[in-house]
Amino acid sequence: MERGTERVKRGLAEMLKGGVIMDVVNAEHARIAQDAGAVAVMALERVPADIRADGGVARMSDPEMIEGIMDAVTIPVMAKVRIGHFVEAQILQSMDVDYIDESEVLTPADEEHHIDKWSFTTPFVCGARNLGEALRRIGEGAAMIRTKGEAGTGNVVEAVRHMRRITNEIRSLASMTPEQLMSAARDLGAPFDLVQEIAETGKLPVVNFAAGGLATPADAALMMQLGCDGVFVGSGIFKSSDPSARAKAIVEATTYANDPDQLVKVSRGLGEAMPGKEIADLDVQLADRGW
Amino acid sequence: MGPVGVLALQGDFREHQQSLERSGVETRQIRKPADLTAVSALVIPGGESTTIGRLATLYGMIEPLREAIISGLPTLGTCAGLIFLAAQVVRDSPPLLEVLDVVVERNAFGRQNDSFENPVYVEGLDSPIIGVFIRAPRVVRVGPDVRVLATYDEQIVMVRQGNILACAFHPELTDDLRIHEMLLKMREEN
Repeated sequence: MERGTERVKRGLAEMLKGGVIMDVVNAEHARIAQDAGAVAVMALERVPADIRADGGVARMSDPEMIEGIMDAVTIPVMAKVRIGHFVEAQILQSMDVDYIDESEVLTPADEEHHIDKWSFTTPFVCGARNLGEALRRIGEGAAMIRTKGEAGTGNVVEAVRHMRRITNEIRSLASMTPEQLMSAARDLGAPFDLVQEIAETGKLPVVNFAAGGLATPADAALMMQLGCDGVFVGSGIFKSSDPSARAKAIVEATTYANDPDQLVKVSRGLGEAMPGKEIADLDVQLADRGW
Repeated sequence: MGPVGVLALQGDFREHQQSLERSGVETRQIRKPADLTAVSALVIPGGESTTIGRLATLYGMIEPLREAIISGLPTLGTCAGLIFLAAQVVRDSPPLLEVLDVVVERNAFGRQNDSFENPVYVEGLDSPIIGVFIRAPRVVRVGPDVRVLATYDEQIVMVRQGNILACAFHPELTDDLRIHEMLLKMREEN
């Protein structure tokens, strides 16, 4: 009997596909998310919009708070660690959290190294802005990728940029001749074996979700139509005026992403979306953290 | 013969489509009752059973699916699919089709750290398949018309009841097509 195999780690992400993973800060939010049809929840002390507003160092959440959420729901529970902070990851693994997000939303603990994710039984999801970054993380053992987008802004533009870039870079690799792949690997800063694999299959070897700035059902459907496998919604739900209704609507929009008539129905009367921010006005771009 | 329908509300429905297409049949994603027209078999994929159950209820899929299965549509459910087909779930039940006379326990082997792979001997197959168990359920009780096809560590992990085949693991995450071929054989015979 083998635990923590590549297939088992990547497999849980396969089961989340076509679904919505929601940021929650307490057990009550977690229950609202589950009742709305979330496929998993991300347990954290403050949603990204608040982290952005509060400033200071953002760290892994208190185990007691995460355990409260694990007890409250039956769906998988994810939690975040700082980039490079392998001890925070050891703590989450020891708590039996279902997925660890090595996340740029928290303040990085190491500016040079990400965590060696192969050494863990618990699977990891990591953010990426482009294919090279995605493949470096997969090379380190990430079992799931998400676009970084720009968390806590309610502005989907960066998630779109990152998704389109990854898609274009994959297409470009798939059209290359074998002798072009080594220089492509050099230019991407990506492991050669993964570059070869993508040139052959035309797709990432792990599930890729959209994240960072999604705030409406239409945002979720946009990212699905751009080819991602599912979506993370952070501040977008619990910073809106009616979280339960918005959460349900985003779940439905993700399933019926290609059905505009259905999107009309689910988008109606949801109240105020979270307030949005222009990327140019930000003091800190979280997506620039990590490499 | 019509295509094989794959319930596509959420989960790894594309992996099921790939396994079926590699076995040489056409597939169709099912999201609304009308999509069920003329399908020759049905797959309910892995995913989150609470999400699938909620969307199925909301979009009026429960009755049409139940009727189609009760009237004899060959059906395969894996993991969340097994849960969705079941008559009853221990604790915190999501909406169910209640067509398969079993009681199922969700997350019966533990959380993700306890997810595992292990060879599984399935009745009727001459060599074991790789059982991929991800936060997997198990069957804790079976009705008189249910045949147990596989166990792991004395837990029931695959059953058949007439036209319904269901397992706690994920054949769609492997290259082994034999479980899908069992469904296709039922489809031929139907």
